[in-house]
Amino acid sequence: MHNSPYFLKPASVRSVMLRVLLALLPGIAAYVWFFGAAVLVQIALASVTALLAEAAMLKLRGKPLMLYLGDGSALVTAWLIALTFPPIAPWWLTVIGVLAAIVVAKHLYGGLGQNPFNPAMVAFALMIVAYPSLMSQWPAVGFTDFAPQLNAIFGPRQLDAITMATPLDALRTALHTEEARATVAGVLGSSASFGNIGGKGWEWVAAGYFLGGLYLLQQRIITWHMPAAFLLTLLVISGAFAAFDPGHFAGPSFHLFTGGAMLGAFFIVTDPVSGCTTPRGKLFFAAGIGLLTWIIRAFGAYPDGIAFAVLLMNIAAPLIDMNTQPPVFGHKDKRGSAK
Amino acid sequence: MSALRKLFRFHGGVKPDYHKHASTRQPIAGTPIPAELVIPLHQSIGGPPRPLVQAGERVLKGQRIGDADGNVSSAVHASTSGTVTAVEMRRMPHTSGLSALCVVIKPDGRDEWIARQSFDFRNASPTETRDYLRDAGVVGLGGAVFPSHLKLNAGKQGRLDTLVLNGAECEPFITCDDVLMRERGEAILKGAAIMREMLAAGRVLIGIEDNKPEAIAAMMAAARAAGDDAIQVVAVPTRYPAGGAKQLIRVLTGIEVPHGERSTDYGVQCFNVGTAYATHDAIALGQPLISRIVTVAGNVGQARNYEVLFGTPMRDLIAPCAPLPDSDRVIMGGPMMGFRMPGDDVPVVKATNCVLVGSDALFPPPPPEMSCIRCGECAKVCPSDLQPFEMYWFARARLFGKAQEYHLFDCIECGCCAYVCPSRIPLVDYYRFAKSEIWAREVEKEAADQARDRYEFRLLREEREKQEKAAKLAAKTAAGREKAAAALAEAEKPARTPEEEAKHALIAAALERAKAQKERAHPENTSNLSPEQQAEIAAIEARRAEIREQAKPHLRADD
Ligand code: SF4
Ligand code: SF4
Repeated sequence: MHNSPYFLKPASVRSVMLRVLLALLPGIAAYVWFFGAAVLVQIALASVTALLAEAAMLKLRGKPLMLYLGDGSALVTAWLIALTFPPIAPWWLTVIGVLAAIVVAKHLYGGLGQNPFNPAMVAFALMIVAYPSLMSQWPAVGFTDFAPQLNAIFGPRQLDAITMATPLDALRTALHTEEARATVAGVLGSSASFGNIGGKGWEWVAAGYFLGGLYLLQQRIITWHMPAAFLLTLLVISGAFAAFDPGHFAGPSFHLFTGGAMLGAFFIVTDPVSGCTTPRGKLFFAAGIGLLTWIIRAFGAYPDGIAFAVLLMNIAAPLIDMNTQPPVFGHKDKRGSAK
Repeated sequence: MSALRKLFRFHGGVKPDYHKHASTRQPIAGTPIPAELVIPLHQSIGGPPRPLVQAGERVLKGQRIGDADGNVSSAVHASTSGTVTAVEMRRMPHTSGLSALCVVIKPDGRDEWIARQSFDFRNASPTETRDYLRDAGVVGLGGAVFPSHLKLNAGKQGRLDTLVLNGAECEPFITCDDVLMRERGEAILKGAAIMREMLAAGRVLIGIEDNKPEAIAAMMAAARAAGDDAIQVVAVPTRYPAGGAKQLIRVLTGIEVPHGERSTDYGVQCFNVGTAYATHDAIALGQPLISRIVTVAGNVGQARNYEVLFGTPMRDLIAPCAPLPDSDRVIMGGPMMGFRMPGDDVPVVKATNCVLVGSDALFPPPPPEMSCIRCGECAKVCPSDLQPFEMYWFARARLFGKAQEYHLFDCIECGCCAYVCPSRIPLVDYYRFAKSEIWAREVEKEAADQARDRYEFRLLREEREKQEKAAKLAAKTAAGREKAAAALAEAEKPARTPEEEAKHALIAAALERAKAQKERAHPENTSNLSPEQQAEIAAIEARRAEIREQAKPHLRADD
């Protein structure tokens, strides 16, 4: 016998997760168009691994298997890992990454809803620390031949022909290692990695993610707070530094349209479980990630900083939430109550 | 009159399917007098009334059969004439199936009224009018059954800005206020006028959800006919729970009355339209509250509104509505906040705004509960601006103090959070459970404190008796008359020897401490409350046992 409310809105975790997956499709389509079908192989690999790992962990923990396996959350984690890892990474890299995310970051912390860290970002951070070179081999734009990519994934690997530095990587390497005359403009103009506004090809992938993000907003699965705060922070700070020293700091459009910025803004930063939940907390949380991302990109040793930025802010999330509790009914200030 | 006025928004809310059409196609119908009326004595918030009749006694329609127990209580009356066959425990319209004292009447079919006389409230003191309404059994008919006389008090200022009449009726299926407004707008407005005078309210705002255009039109016509500019009918956006008193006050006036405070301190008071109607009946017609409009809807072929005598078994009401064969439950109230009845034999009472017939097809059992994914949906829809998932977290972990810090007691149990939760967590069950546990602990603490006080008082008394005995003993000795007098005097005084002084100081300090501790330990102090709060406690207490039972399955630790 159950109690009121007897009416429930048709809603489920599964439907939320499936719509998140749906929202990833435009970005994935652009990805395949510019960089080949390897990413689909990675997605399949990650999905199967994630479901198997999820099933095993649920069984071990004595949880209702079908109920949780069908919730789609493991698939979202798997897809995000596949989309943040290099598409031509060897298969075991993806598998280990997914296992780390599902077994350690998710289930050892209590399973769905309990994990303090974003599982996909845990996987990324672990792997980039453990296998920095493998995590930095990205396919060249326009080189979409499937066979060599498949070889790269399942070996034997002959990478030189098909890889290329990512835009962020190229810029960082150029600025950090070449003679001091290298400037952003020079690097951007000279390298085949760069397109009109961001990384060549990547800018379209980013646009795809942006489109998916708008869909998530429209579906009210995410609120505007996090993407806006994250992207604005990145925009403002990169804009400020680019204005101050355009030779050494890339401008906002570059930052927003390369690397994981768009994917991060709408799909990673917005992970509800490990992030902030109050409206103001979301702003602080996402702005913090934006700031840390830029710092790591501009000064750090790793090409993209989103994973580390997210994990760092995950630690701060409970504290931010605690201190940004919105006023309850009847306890708002004059302005709040007249809004 | 209606005017385009600026409305305010309350946070959150949901838009469930309304299902209101089925029961508004036909006008209000009467019901035949049932073979037996079972009238519970305790039908309102506050103290249970004392029975005034015995088995075998003949009663008239409208005769008082239960007397208000103190001021926070409300009388009950016989709803038709007949013979009292028993005053006994019967099953109440309450999920737990608990029994309470009821007056059972066998109607004689004559439906013979007591002598009815209007009450000249203009020539009565406000207290007299309030006492009259208390004895007429007028309580809030929106479902809360709070004694109305307690709310007809203008408070500190002696006057109010706004009297809000609540015709929002936001719960799905329920249309009793809707049809009442359509058919009996004039009497509602007359009742409102009485209330307005008693409260010295500047204006009357009648808030009606805009999914009831007929009711709005009828009330506007009635207001025009009354020719009173101070009365305004206002269509408010349809969004559950716009009919919550606080939400409606907010929408109409922009004022947010915080939890635990009186709305009169903010210049507003709010009554259900049905209550205004009942007030008019009581004052102008001399008819105590013996019936109300009840919606019968849900899994029935012919949903309809009936004017029902209190004490009528619900099954008598359901039968003519052609319940569908798969019907297997009766819910009192709406699907969002209603309560499942222990059977269809329980009587209609003052709180019964709707008898909702249900089945698995209409109200499917909820899918299994999953873990909270902190998606924040619940917070987005909470009309009290709470963080429901945080309260859930703490209630589940039995960290009730933390749940309270997150404003558990501001939760109005509207069910919006559970309605949207994608993890299908029965959130409200957790809040009911946590609230009941907190109240239970406070009641226990209170009892323990009292016991300690009593114990310490006994120590004091024993000490004093010892001294007196010593004095008397001394007095007995022939030589010690003077000494005795001195000893007696000494005993009368607090204490004299240093040890005694110290002892008394210790006791006094202990008492002080106990008192201070008691005060500290009561974040929701139970001993010093407004009638509203007391009523709330009473209501919560009444539901406690039941809730504990219901909540148990969810609280079995599964990880
Ligand atoms: S709606 Fe349900 S799952 Fe989402 S945060 Fe609230 S309780 Fe958790
Ligand atoms: S039931 Fe309580 S917590 Fe849930 S939405 Fe209503 S007021 Fe908020």
